[in-house]
Amino acid sequence: MKKGILTDLFATFAKIGLFTFGGGYAMIALIENECVEKKGWITTDDMSTVTAIAESTPGPIAINCATFTGYMQAGFAGAVSATLGMITPSFLIIYLISMFFDNFLEITFIASAFKGIKVAVGILIFQAAVTMIKKMKKKLRPRLFMITAFVAMMLINIFSLKFSTIWLLVIAAVANVMIYTITSMKKEAK
Amino acid sequence: MIYLDLLIGFLKVGCFAFGGAYGAIPLIRDVVMSYGWLSDEMFTYMVAVSESTPGPIMVNLATYIGSQQAGFLGAVLATLGVVLPSFIIIIVLTALLKTFLKNPYVQAVIHGIKPCIIGIVLATGVYMMLKNCLLKNGVFSPDIITITITAALFVVSYVYKKTKKKQLSPIMLIVISAVMGVIAYGV
Repeated sequence: MKKGILTDLFATFAKIGLFTFGGGYAMIALIENECVEKKGWITTDDMSTVTAIAESTPGPIAINCATFTGYMQAGFAGAVSATLGMITPSFLIIYLISMFFDNFLEITFIASAFKGIKVAVGILIFQAAVTMIKKMKKKLRPRLFMITAFVAMMLINIFSLKFSTIWLLVIAAVANVMIYTITSMKKEAK
Repeated sequence: MIYLDLLIGFLKVGCFAFGGAYGAIPLIRDVVMSYGWLSDEMFTYMVAVSESTPGPIMVNLATYIGSQQAGFLGAVLATLGVVLPSFIIIIVLTALLKTFLKNPYVQAVIHGIKPCIIGIVLATGVYMMLKNCLLKNGVFSPDIITITITAALFVVSYVYKKTKKKQLSPIMLIVISAVMGVIAYGV
């Protein structure tokens, strides 16, 4: 293991964490610039593999990339350093904000601003969903799953039902495994 | 116990948040509401703050909620909860199970969950917009100001996209909406 690699991993990912706004995909470009081009820690090929893995695994994409790069460079300790580096700046910033945010909202013009911002958040979430739908495979089954989840979630929201969103995901996973098993059995029978 | 609740609540989010930050927002909202940690309004404000401060949105939300509920230790535990699942999964996948994701049953699970998340995100966005425009304290009462701001923001982002050929950044949309809020509701 190279000397000082753990500090270097921590510092590099702290820099990435400090300078990327909006999370997720915005970070991938910066990670690529730092880790592939400047440091040569991983290859472009590795980068596309980890992006693909990130898309199929839960959790923040930036964390996936940091853990992967750290692990490739310096094993478990490297993974811990890189991941901690990624989290530390935003942790400190948000922790500071949380200490005075309530008082901050008592200022009239800030409260007015947030009444406007509330509207923007709804639109941002809606637009994110539209982007995801555009990227979706244009097939019947995923569309059916998507629409069913949409209707179920609307009903849960409108009637304030006590039904955890996680159950919707579990049901979708089980249903799709069952469909897969049945269709592959049919194929074998032929 | 609040510390354990924070850790477990955010572990659940970390385990199921496929599809990046926006996929996680409905899950975090669900956890936060079911424990009664934040009001719906405060949660929406924090989404905006997390979007406008650096770092992963999920981590930002977890840190804030943890800190609000149980101070520094709460912030650490909530953040740990949201990060730990993806940390462990990546280590296990890169170190041991390189072909795990190619297993057809694993693929079936992922392909079942992903469209479901998209539906959930869509419903969350649509519901938030409807609630802002049409409901006041849970009662049907259309709000002309909010409807106007919503329409104006859609027009702004549509025009920007048409003329600049790229999406208006979330932070810009938040800034514009803040200005509209100040104009509409006063200083």
